[in-house]
Amino acid sequence: MLKRTDYLTRTYGKPEGWKLAAYEREYGGYQVAKRLLTTMSREQVVDEAKKANIRGRGGAGFPMGVKWSFMPKVVGAKPHYLVVNADEGEPGTHKDRTLMELNPHAVVEGCIIACYAIGAHVAYIYVRDELHLSKTRLWGAISEAKARGFLGKAPFGKDWEVEVYVHSGAGAYICGEETSMLNSIEGRRGEPRMKPPFPANAGAFGCPTTVNNLETIASVPAAFGLGCDEWSKLSALHTIGDGGVRLYGINGHVKKPGVVELAVGPTFNELIHDIGGGVLGDKAIMCVIPGGSSTPVLRPSETVNAPDPKSPMHPHHGKSVFDVPLGVETMRQCGTMLGTCCVTVIAEGTDPVWCMQNLMQFYGHESCGQCTPCREGSAWLHLVCTKLLDGEATKEELDSLHDIANGIMGNTICAFGEGTAMPALAFLQKFRPEFEAYVKGARKRADAKLTVEPWS
Amino acid sequence: MPFALSPERERELQQILERYPTKMAATLPLLHLCQEQNGWISDEVIEFVSQRLDVSTAHVQGVVTFYTLYNRKPVGKHQVWVCRTLPCALRGGYDVLAYCEKKLGVHAGETTPDGKITLRTAECLASCGTGPMMQVDKDYHENLTRERVDAILAKLSE
Ligand SMILES: Cc1cc2nc3c(=O)[nH]c(=O)nc-3n(C[C@H](O)[C@H](O)[C@H](O)COP(=O)(O)O)c2cc1C
Ligand code: SF4
Ligand code: FES
Repeated sequence: MLKRTDYLTRTYGKPEGWKLAAYEREYGGYQVAKRLLTTMSREQVVDEAKKANIRGRGGAGFPMGVKWSFMPKVVGAKPHYLVVNADEGEPGTHKDRTLMELNPHAVVEGCIIACYAIGAHVAYIYVRDELHLSKTRLWGAISEAKARGFLGKAPFGKDWEVEVYVHSGAGAYICGEETSMLNSIEGRRGEPRMKPPFPANAGAFGCPTTVNNLETIASVPAAFGLGCDEWSKLSALHTIGDGGVRLYGINGHVKKPGVVELAVGPTFNELIHDIGGGVLGDKAIMCVIPGGSSTPVLRPSETVNAPDPKSPMHPHHGKSVFDVPLGVETMRQCGTMLGTCCVTVIAEGTDPVWCMQNLMQFYGHESCGQCTPCREGSAWLHLVCTKLLDGEATKEELDSLHDIANGIMGNTICAFGEGTAMPALAFLQKFRPEFEAYVKGARKRADAKLTVEPWS
Repeated sequence: MPFALSPERERELQQILERYPTKMAATLPLLHLCQEQNGWISDEVIEFVSQRLDVSTAHVQGVVTFYTLYNRKPVGKHQVWVCRTLPCALRGGYDVLAYCEKKLGVHAGETTPDGKITLRTAECLASCGTGPMMQVDKDYHENLTRERVDAILAKLSE
C-alpha cells in the first residue's frame, strides 16, 4: 500500500533545508542524539535499534541492529570505526544523493548515534568523488554541528568523542563493496578483500568496523525519535522484519521520474503509476529492474507461486509480481532482489539485447580484475552481446553466455560476480526469442532501440 | 621540475593527515589535491606523493591507475562527462553523446583542438531520475534537452 511519509525528507524543498536552522525547525535538531548519549548505555541503544527492523539500504538488506551487535562489546586496544557508504554507484540508484544534498544533518546525527552504539569515535563518510555538492553539504553540516558542540571531544557534554570526516572516492564502482571501500579509505587500490575476517573483526586499518549505507544511518535519528517499535510498524511488512520508511527511486521510461519517501511496502504498479505518472507514451511495460542493475529483471506477466498457506508469500499467491509489496524477503521470493529500492522501468518496444549489452559494458568496465571468472567473464558477456547486436554472433556464442555467467556464480571474492551474472541470466532466460533473433545475420543493430520517445 | 603544493593546499594536506591513523590513508585525498592544482597526475606528482606519505612510487602508481578519475595525461580545460549507463540511455543518453560529438567535432575520449573541452563517457552518476545528464567539471546538468546542451557547450567554448 502506498503511504507517503516525511521522516527523512522533511527538509527537502524547504529554503536552505540543508542548514542546521532548518534541521532544528523541522526535527528539533540533534535532540535524539542528545537524549541517547546522555540517558542510555551503548548496549541499550543497540538493543533498541534492533526493534526498528531497518534492513540495510545499501542493497543486501541485512538488519542494521544485528550488524551493530557484531561489534566487540568492549572497546579493546584497537579503536572502532564507522564507515558510511555513500558511493551510490549501482546503476539506477539515485537516492542517497538527495539525503546528502537536502538533509545532511540527519546523516551527521545518525553518525553520532551509530558511533556511540558501536563504540567508535570516528566515522568516515565515503562519498563518490563526482558528488561535489553532496560533499560540500556534508562538510557544511559537520562544521555547523561541530561549532555547536554536537561533534568533537564531548558531544552534549558526554565523554564520548565523535569526529565525522568525508572521504572522497576517485571513480570506481567496486569501491561501493564494503571491503573494497575499506582498502580505498586506507589509501590503497579498491580491491575487495576475502571474507572472513569480516569488517566487525578486522575492518578499516585492521580495526573493528561497521559499514552501513548512508540512508541506513540517516534513518537512525528518525527511528529513535519516533520510538523504534513504532517506526518499524510504519511498514506494511514489519511482521516479516522489514520496518520503517525508505526512499524509493523511479527512473527509466516513466513520465515523472524521481525520489519519494514511502512506508516500506508499495508495489511496482503503485510506484510506476501513482508516483511515476505512468509509462512514457502510455506504452506497456516490458520489464523492471527492481533495485539497481545487479538485481534480476521482472516481467509483469510473472506471478507469485506460493500455494502453501504457511508461506509468507501465500497472501499474494497467483498475483502478478507487480502487485506484491516491495520488501527484502518478498523480492527474494519473487526470484530477484529488492536491492537499493530504485526501480528502472523499461517499456515495451525497447530492445532487451541492447539493455543487456549496455549493462555488460558497465560490468566489464568496472570489474576490479582480481578474480579470473569475473574479469574474463564480464568482458566476454559484453563482447558476445556486442557481437549479437552487430549480427555477427553464432548460436554457439549465444549459448555460451549461459556458461560464462554460470561460471562466475560462486567463484569470486566479492558479490560483484553474482551482481553481473544474475541479471545476465535473467535477461537471457526471460527474453530468449529476442536474443535468438539476433543470431547471425537475423537482425542488425540498426533496428535496436533503447528510447521509446525521441530525445529532443 | 619537482612538484610542490601551493601554501594553501599544503595547509589542507595537514588537515587531511590529522583525519587518519596512517599516512598512507591520505593517498587518495592528496592525489585529488595535486590534480586540482596540476590538472593531471604527472611523474613528478607521483614522486611528491610518495615522498610526503612515505609510500613507494609503485604504490602511488598502482592507486592512480586503478581509479578512473585520476588523469595520467594532460586533459582539456573543461571535462564533459556524458552518462551512458542504462537508465540514462533509456531517456536518450546515447543521443546526447552523439550530439556532443557532432557539435564538438571529437569522439568520446578526445579533446577539442583548442584544448578547451575533453569529452568523455561516464558510468551511472547517481542522477538516473533526472536523465539524460552530464557532468561538466564539478557541476551536474540534468534533464538535458538539445537547447540546454547547446547553451552549456557554448559557454564552455567561450
Ligand atoms: C559491487 C558492489 C557494489 C556496492 N555498491 C554499494 C553502494 O554504492 N552503496 C552502498 O551503500 N552499498 C553498496 N554495496 C553494498 C555494500 O557492500 C554493503 O553491503 C553496504 O554498504 C552495507 O550497508 P547496509 O547494511 O546499511 O546496507 C555494494 C556491494 C557490492 C558487492
Ligand atoms: S568478483 Fe570481480 S569485482 Fe569482486 S573481487 Fe573478484 S574480480 Fe574484483
Ligand atoms: S544512469 Fe545516468 S546517472 Fe544513473
